[in-house]
Amino acid sequence: MAGTLAEKVWEAHLVRRGTGGEPDLLYIDLHLVHEVTSPQAFEGLRLAGRPVRRPDLTIATEDHNTPTLDIDRPIADKTSRTQIDTLRANAREFGVRLHSLGDADQGIVHQVGPQLGLTMPGLTVVCGDSHTSTHGAFGGLAFGIGTSEVEHVLATQTLPLQPFKTMAITVNGALPPGTTSKDIILAVIAKIGTGGGQGYVLEYRGEAIRKLSMEARMTICNMSIEAGARAGMIAPDETTFEYLKGRPHAPEGADWDAAVEYWKTLRSDDDAEFDAEVVLEAADLEPFVTWGTNPGQGLPISASVPVPGDIADESARVAAERSLEYMGLEPGTPLRDVKVDTVFIGSCTNGRIEDLRSVAKVVKGRRKADDVRVLVVPASARVRLQAEAEGLDEIFQDFGAEWRNAGCSMCLGMNPDQLAPGERSASTSNRNFEGRQGKGGRTHLVSPLVAAATAIRGTLSSIADLELAGDIDLTTFDGSPLDGVGAPPITETVVDLPMPVPAGAR
Amino acid sequence: MEKFTTHTGVGVPLRRGNVDTDQIIPAVYLKRVTRTGFEDALFAAWRGDPSFVLNQDAYAAGSVLVAGPDFGTGSSREHAVWALKDYGFRVVLSSRFADIFRGNSGKQGLLAGVVAQEDIEILWKVLETRPGTEVTVDLEARTATADDVTVPFQLDDYTRWRLMEGLDDIGLTLQHADDITAFEGTRANWRPKTLPAKHWPSETVEPARPAS
Repeated sequence: MAGTLAEKVWEAHLVRRGTGGEPDLLYIDLHLVHEVTSPQAFEGLRLAGRPVRRPDLTIATEDHNTPTLDIDRPIADKTSRTQIDTLRANAREFGVRLHSLGDADQGIVHQVGPQLGLTMPGLTVVCGDSHTSTHGAFGGLAFGIGTSEVEHVLATQTLPLQPFKTMAITVNGALPPGTTSKDIILAVIAKIGTGGGQGYVLEYRGEAIRKLSMEARMTICNMSIEAGARAGMIAPDETTFEYLKGRPHAPEGADWDAAVEYWKTLRSDDDAEFDAEVVLEAADLEPFVTWGTNPGQGLPISASVPVPGDIADESARVAAERSLEYMGLEPGTPLRDVKVDTVFIGSCTNGRIEDLRSVAKVVKGRRKADDVRVLVVPASARVRLQAEAEGLDEIFQDFGAEWRNAGCSMCLGMNPDQLAPGERSASTSNRNFEGRQGKGGRTHLVSPLVAAATAIRGTLSSIADLELAGDIDLTTFDGSPLDGVGAPPITETVVDLPMPVPAGAR
Repeated sequence: MEKFTTHTGVGVPLRRGNVDTDQIIPAVYLKRVTRTGFEDALFAAWRGDPSFVLNQDAYAAGSVLVAGPDFGTGSSREHAVWALKDYGFRVVLSSRFADIFRGNSGKQGLLAGVVAQEDIEILWKVLETRPGTEVTVDLEARTATADDVTVPFQLDDYTRWRLMEGLDDIGLTLQHADDITAFEGTRANWRPKTLPAKHWPSETVEPARPAS
């Protein structure tokens, strides 16, 4: 029978098919762990006297609470420090590999998996974090889970799951210059709404998706959850294989060949049936920005703040009124006139090396607007090291931006990186909920290019608005290194560093 | 998980609808690293009000909560279920539960029974007329009895079976440990393992400093 990509991955992980209303039991290939949603799961294991079944399929990192300044000093916030210390103690006790603050592989969990080559096509990947959907960009089934489920996976390496529906999101054509994969996903969410994906696994396909780099694909899958979807996926291809090859945990030799042969079968069959389909023309897209307090409240940057009175649907109108009041926006104001206080470049959505290169290309040799604070927070310490090898840190600092250590940072403000009440940001992150970046903070979600242009002009802007736009080749924002940058990607020899595995664990 | 067949305990009438998880346990308690010890957090905002039902001696030791419709809406925080259990509740009855709350309850052995709203009203009357009245919840028969009043409740067969067997999801899955082990035997070599840990060479990460 013809199948979708999602169905193929599901079937390949079926430990046991449920009968009589019972869920299917699926095997989990890779379990990512961080400090916020894991402490109670480990405590549950301890109380039940259960070990972690497969420490060798589990990896932990510190990201949500970690500071991005003075990382060599004790964490000032006591509750944050306790959560970090608890993760360290749990990792030691249960034999789980942990990348701690200060380690070159510490960083946001959704960057650490891909950069180590652990995230691959055809896997099931879970984590106690809703943005686990990121990993679906490699052609696996990846989704966020609750704390009980974290414990379940730690104990059994499986999850009982009820089947989902499938939705094809086809993006035809080519993206116009100055638009990015972030604009695709913001447009998709604006189109189908924050509940449009509920109960579905989304598969992104079409020419525009095929042309995207691996990191740009991660940005799209990352925000599937913002459409309410269980997961997002993209079928693997040469771009995927190229990204993976040579990474520390990528298969080698005969294993690599066997893997690629299998990975090439991971695509939806031509006659596969989806439960729903959405089609977008890439050529119609412009840089997108959000104006409200959910990620579906977005518009092309050339638009104006909506006038609630013009919205026919009553619940949408009431929601818009409430959003605009919180955001402190006057209906009808051109979005380009909205002035920001802070520009945040980072997060599991847009904190990768290609994002930083794109920003650097725009801001190189320029100076930020005087009264705008600009934070650049790489997604992982390894991304930070790579950026420094390419000289991007100097470009950012000459621009007037703060060059920080890695972590989730201002995306959710669990660490000190927060907006003050009433402060407004243009942010490359994923959620513009009330208070998300700090109590009373106002968030506009944008692409890295819009963030860069906004940092220069001080108001929401696209790179087409820059006075010197003529000297920027708009077609080169494909994540490639800057001209004259000699530093190659990190390709040094991989070293094995075995973890001490305590007795009792396998 | 403890097996659940019948439970008898003091019934608590909570005459409120749309009790969301922020009301059950405010966000400020989520930074804790424990799974237990949330009893003080339950309904934290209301506990300061002397007239709140749990602040009345007759109800303070309650274990069967009889609530208004749409109980447990809002965030997915499992802490809401933990707080109810830590306080001593074994059963919540309502005419409608939020999906995620109901799912989390089933995982944690808290019985979330769906009772018709008119029956909820009858139970409220009994519990308010004679404070401290015990309610007997019979999972086999799917009934709740307070004094001479017996009302039916709904719970899906699969969850009911799991609660009666005292099986948490993990215990249930581990009954199929052989299937899991067999599946693991078929796992292709190329699939990743995190151990032994492979890295690019370690490098020093310079701490960023505050802008002067």
